Amino acid sequence: MRENQQEDFPGADRHSDADRGNTNNSAPQSTSRVVENTNPLSEGNGAAQLTRRSFLMWVGSSGAATALPAAAASAFAAPMAASAPVTMDPGLVNVRLTVNDVVRDAQVDVRTSLLDYLRENLQLTGTKKGCDHGQCGACTVHVNGRRVNSCLSFVAMHDGDTVTTIEGLGTPDRMHPMQAAFVAHDGLQCGYCTAGQIMSATALLKEPCGRGDADIKEAMSGNICRCGAYSNIVAAIRQVRDAT
Amino acid sequence: MHTFQMLRAQTPDDAVRLAAAGADSAPRPIRFLAGGTTLVDLMKLDVEQPQQVIDINRLPFDQVEQTADGGLKIGALVRNSDLANHPLVMQRYPALSQALLSGASAQLRNMATTGGNLLQRTRCVYFRDTATACNKRQPGSGCAAMDGFHRNLAILGISDQCIATNPSDMNVALTALEATIHVQGAGGARMIPINDFYLLPGATPQRETVLAPGELVTHVSLAAPVANAGSTYLKLRDRASYEFALSSAAVLIGVNGGSISHARVALGGVGTRPWRSPEAEAVLQGAAPNVDTFARAAAASVRDARTHRDNAFKVDLIQRCLVQALKIAVSPARRSA
Repeated sequence: MRENQQEDFPGADRHSDADRGNTNNSAPQSTSRVVENTNPLSEGNGAAQLTRRSFLMWVGSSGAATALPAAAASAFAAPMAASAPVTMDPGLVNVRLTVNDVVRDAQVDVRTSLLDYLRENLQLTGTKKGCDHGQCGACTVHVNGRRVNSCLSFVAMHDGDTVTTIEGLGTPDRMHPMQAAFVAHDGLQCGYCTAGQIMSATALLKEPCGRGDADIKEAMSGNICRCGAYSNIVAAIRQVRDAT
Repeated sequence: MHTFQMLRAQTPDDAVRLAAAGADSAPRPIRFLAGGTTLVDLMKLDVEQPQQVIDINRLPFDQVEQTADGGLKIGALVRNSDLANHPLVMQRYPALSQALLSGASAQLRNMATTGGNLLQRTRCVYFRDTATACNKRQPGSGCAAMDGFHRNLAILGISDQCIATNPSDMNVALTALEATIHVQGAGGARMIPINDFYLLPGATPQRETVLAPGELVTHVSLAAPVANAGSTYLKLRDRASYEFALSSAAVLIGVNGGSISHARVALGGVGTRPWRSPEAEAVLQGAAPNVDTFARAAAASVRDARTHRDNAFKVDLIQRCLVQALKIAVSPARRSA
């Protein structure tokens, strides 16, 4: 899958997924680990390992996120007051989300969108930023099982919510049937919209939707593909839908 | 984006109290945050710069309930997709379901709420661009749309200050259904008929509704459906899907003994607010349900239209849209029992 590509400077050495912490297409974490923003220049070979992503994270680091398995989360649970409104410090908010079956706690800038939190704080860069205004669908993820545009929410609105991204759907070795169908039908060219298309398509299977191709097109109209792979995208969705 | 303070309301009283407290002290506005599909978008554009944002997503306004009088009570936090696909809405208020499903995308409908859709802001490009003049965004700055890009803007209810269109589909259907909007403020609760909810731009286009600062929409109510009446929502636009209306019509038509006994007409894409047309209804009421009647009603609906250079086509488009919607609504298959 294209989501496996890293966004490196040309010629820079690639980190392995393990080097980058929990990232694209990795299985849900089974052990506790702390993900911190690090100075990319201090890593191993120094400038040779400088990536666009790690460099930008180093420059713009905005706090640390921790990851721990869901079973261990209760030890950290700090339930919200049942009555009085929770007033947060201006500028910073604490959030706890379950992302791809992993409980995540973080303190983030209040302006952080769910999309930016996934990409910049958790480094789940499979979810793409297209228009950043809810017009293209590249940022589509599932929140509590329903597809949404992650760019149009503040992550602070999702405290306690469960999020699934493309990384939580399948892996290159064990693809979700929809991912496999997109590969089989060439449902992409450049691949930038693909994660959003697949997240939308898998959600569609659980929604009220007619049986015709026109129904699929209508239900998928919130996902724009500038390469124009639409006919193959419809074919991929039809195959999975008809098999279920 | 300007930073802001986020408050999370646990109860409706919390929300109203927080809003009232902030309104007295904050130099910039207080905003309630529900689905976020309008507010977060406009905050990214610096069109909205709230001092405080009150997250109301945990308030108990997410239910659709049948009322004792056979009507419907729709919580302000009911998501557009849930409302559109609710069995009672599909069966009894099909125009509302159709309007909701014609708006935005499946993802956005999963986020957007009933209350938020009521307060959806215009898509006028100048309202959304802080580098340009817009009386709605910055009172007194002028209107770049008058001589600019305005083929999508209004021909009904405009003023010399503003020609921005209300972009909502849901609001048009709710207007034809004569919905009532229930709000709660520091001074208590009140009910507002939807026809009294939206303001014409006049000399104050920045004021779009009669809501007072800090007032919270809690729910919307619909009366029992009209017996033996047909309804539909028809939307015309530049694309087949995922596009705002150039013209739309929500109609509710009852026919009894060969004449129209009940007529409600609301238009979208052409008005500065969801546009109820008493002129069209007056032509329809008591007349025979045929194409000639429908054409006269459509002509009456645009009697007061005022166009600009590139949106005069809407005068024809909305008439054709309304005639077609009326033809669909009176077809036997559309009539409810």
